Amino acid sequence: MTTTQMPDTLRRILDYSSRADPYPLYAELRRTPVARQEDGSYVVSTYRELAELLHDPHLSSDVRNLAHPMRSHEGETTPPFINLDPPEHDRLRRMAMRHFGPPHTPGLVAGMDGDLTAVVSGLIDGFAGKEQIDIVDDFAYPFPVTVICHLLGVPREDEPKFHVWVDGIVNSIDYNPKIDPKEKLEKGLQARKDLRQYLGGLLEQRHGRAGDDLLSRLANDDGPDGRMTDEEIVATANLLLIAGHETTVNLITNGMLTLLRHPEVLQRLRDDPDLVVPLVEELLRYEPPVHIIPWRAAYSDITVADTVIPRGSQIMLMLASGSRDPDRFHDPDRFDPDRRDNQHLGFGSGIHLCFGGPLARRETQIALTELVRRLDRPRLVADPPPYRRSPVLRGPIHLQVEQGTG
Amino acid sequence: MTRADTLRAFKRDGRIVIVGASLAGLRAAEALRAEGFTGSLTMIGDELGEPYDRPPLSKQVLTGWVPADGTALPRRRDINAEWLLGVPASGLDMAGNVVRLADGREVPFDRVLIATGVRARPWFVESEAALDGVFVVRTREHAEGLQRALAAGPSRVLVIGAGFTGSEIASICRERDIPVTVAELAPAPLVGALGAMIGEVAADMQRAHGVDLRCGVKVTRLEGDAQGHLRRAHFDDGSTIDADVAVVALGGIRNTDWLRDSGLAAGVWGIACDTGCRALDINGLITDDVFVAGDVARCPNPIYEYRLISLEHWANAVEQAEVAAHNMVSAQADRWPHLSIPLFWSIQFGANIKSVGVPTFADEVVVTQGSVSDRRFVAAYGYQGRVTAAVSFNNAKWLDHYRQLIETAAPFPPLCPTPDQPVDSKPVPVDFPGPALIAQGATVVVTGNAPSERRVTSLQQHHR
Ligand SMILES: Cc1cc2nc3c(=O)[nH]c(=O)nc-3n(C[C@H](O)[C@H](O)[C@H](O)COP(=O)(O)OP(=O)(O)OC[C@H]3O[C@@H](n4cnc5c(N)ncnc54)[C@H](O)[C@@H]3O)c2cc1C
Ligand code: HEM
Repeated sequence: MTTTQMPDTLRRILDYSSRADPYPLYAELRRTPVARQEDGSYVVSTYRELAELLHDPHLSSDVRNLAHPMRSHEGETTPPFINLDPPEHDRLRRMAMRHFGPPHTPGLVAGMDGDLTAVVSGLIDGFAGKEQIDIVDDFAYPFPVTVICHLLGVPREDEPKFHVWVDGIVNSIDYNPKIDPKEKLEKGLQARKDLRQYLGGLLEQRHGRAGDDLLSRLANDDGPDGRMTDEEIVATANLLLIAGHETTVNLITNGMLTLLRHPEVLQRLRDDPDLVVPLVEELLRYEPPVHIIPWRAAYSDITVADTVIPRGSQIMLMLASGSRDPDRFHDPDRFDPDRRDNQHLGFGSGIHLCFGGPLARRETQIALTELVRRLDRPRLVADPPPYRRSPVLRGPIHLQVEQGTG
Repeated sequence: MTRADTLRAFKRDGRIVIVGASLAGLRAAEALRAEGFTGSLTMIGDELGEPYDRPPLSKQVLTGWVPADGTALPRRRDINAEWLLGVPASGLDMAGNVVRLADGREVPFDRVLIATGVRARPWFVESEAALDGVFVVRTREHAEGLQRALAAGPSRVLVIGAGFTGSEIASICRERDIPVTVAELAPAPLVGALGAMIGEVAADMQRAHGVDLRCGVKVTRLEGDAQGHLRRAHFDDGSTIDADVAVVALGGIRNTDWLRDSGLAAGVWGIACDTGCRALDINGLITDDVFVAGDVARCPNPIYEYRLISLEHWANAVEQAEVAAHNMVSAQADRWPHLSIPLFWSIQFGANIKSVGVPTFADEVVVTQGSVSDRRFVAAYGYQGRVTAAVSFNNAKWLDHYRQLIETAAPFPPLCPTPDQPVDSKPVPVDFPGPALIAQGATVVVTGNAPSERRVTSLQQHHR
């Protein structure tokens, strides 16, 4: 079942030309659930095998366990917990979660409804008089950024500064020495350094000063696991800033795009706002923001779908393909907000299951409900819209929408 | 009429009776309606009030977090049933197709589901069990009484039996800062369910939380004062302890007594059935119209050599109820087998304990991930060289992997290292206490033989 049956399917997926619709290529990929690539890495694309691997303790998220280290993480001495294994991962995630959700901070997300709605309403108020709106620049980007800055305690005014760094980092995630220019890597490495330095600066001012934001809380924590080191806090803040930044924007944008492509569902949502809960789950399956987890490493030899993946191999988990696997989801290419038993892979699964899932869900639910309620006869200007470069964090870079009589 | 016609007519206006109106009974009723059964549905239950959930009774209800009447089971659809509550069923007439109630009424059925579960094993001396301050915990009323007694600030609570329920109650006492003594006949807590090695971990955990844990001892007598209040307990080593509350947590008795003359294969271990949840009669023959689900059922599992296994697990009750309901309204060819791997969880002393598989079906156990001293680990159980179960302490996210190892009969011990490799990963004998002890405190009992060996007649004996 293994081998290099279609060595270039992955290459074609990574190629920018397939960004608008990679799904037919995923179907091609799924014919070989576990496919070895020429460079010795493995691509896993079927739901069953993905679910299996996401719960397999022999898989490592620490890129230092790769036989061929990933260039994009060079110079990172204190990885964020998304790139660590237990027990370190568990300890750091636990310490961060103390300030972010249950059981120690249970009401955080539920308590934010008012604030979230206020930000959303303010942004939509800004559409007044405009006939054409860019859902990304005018809405889906500023919204989660405002929220994550507020939560972390990062000044919103600094956004133009760290936006450049985050872009550089995200663009280098899928750096491939064979096809990408070296500058892409260097830009990414420099951006990582700059962002760390910036966050370190903010952290310095927080020591010994109580505050409600996450940086202050982490800097002054005295929980059962003790306190994170400054490097650990910076790595965690770095992770949250990027994750809270570059993913929700795509879910909201994909959501609006999908609704405009399915006007009957848009109308239903307008009539019945409660539909938004299963609708957002279906979006996470149908048009997820995170398409690929590119950085798992085989810590031991792993057998999956009768294939032995040797220790040290790089494993790419094609989450978005798994969520479209017909062996798991009936009629998978249909957008169906009434779908039951919707165990999508949009937030991953297992110990690295998205930390910000409850927040991202709520943000997107409020965003879509309000957009649909307040936009006047919205219409797509271009379909497909232009996409961002990244095949990993995939989404439109702009989404022009007309409204009103215009 | 063809068979299909008969089935269609039954689905349209047949009569289904469910005996036992709790978790399994309610979920089966909901599933029957979801399957399109539109005939008459009768729920018979000896408890009054809405069906409710039991796991919180030894957890949130005892902390006072959730009121005892706040654990009603969520209703997932209208079941449009006739409810006959407050009177127990006292007999099943398989020839006449009626359920008899204790008040003399008779309820006719075309098909019946038995989901009468388990009751708490009472303290063996009736007069001592009746003392003020002596509790068992199985029902809402029990939990309410115990919660009130705990809220009154007792000087000491004695928990008799350190299985899951007893250990959870001891944990709540410590959380409420109430002095507690736990008495267990086995060498450690949870031993009957999880074996000696995990038992030791549980013992350390209890002591670290300030429990006065006494293992290898038997409580022989509960002593009351002139007003009938519990005052003291006596142990078989001659020692005594002063306590004003005692919780008897010695496991359950399956509610099969009412079926004594029914001709079903019902006994102390439960009611034997096939994987399709159809009851066996006393000769080991499958019945067509009598189905079983939940704690009272005893079902073969192919993964465990087709042994008949009784489980007192929430998830098992739900899954079995759904399979039973489906099969009650399906033709032979469309029936489902109940084949899932058992799953159990418990919360105590700040630890989230979860297991997959049947840990009692094992001869060896090994820690595979994490650190026992930090109480974050996974241990795998093996039987003759294959993985049969796993238990996690604060590490539940990995259990899906172990479920898959069990399903595929993966070799034991699992060899490949993980990043979170434990210091000591050598298998040790699992070491369960003898059957006499297991019968007292275990939540899982592995019994019986392969179906091909028709030796089930002895099932009829009824211990009381
Ligand atoms: C305190 C406590 C804590 C628990 N914690 C956990 C846990 O953490 N995790 C877990 O997996 N499981 C736990 N369980 C087990 C779980 O609650 C059971 O598996 C589940 O309740 C089984 O459901 P059931 O419907 O089969 O049986 P039951 O819930 O026992 O219901 C049987 C019903 O039938 C009624 N009945 C009995 N005889 C008759 C008769 N002759 N006529 C009419 N009605 C009758 C009974 O009164 C009862 O209402 C716990 C149980 C208890 C008591
Ligand atoms: C729709 C929006 C989002 C999507 C689709 C998403 C998706 C994911 C996925 C797939 C993972 C798993 C990665 C892996 O297994 O390696 C993950 C992890 C993570 N996400 Fe998200 N995410 C979203 C929003 C957020 C937000 C808003 C935050 C922060 C507030 C966040 C924080 C994290 C963190 C910290 C992790 C690492 C968890 C760990 O390693 O334990 N995410 N996310």
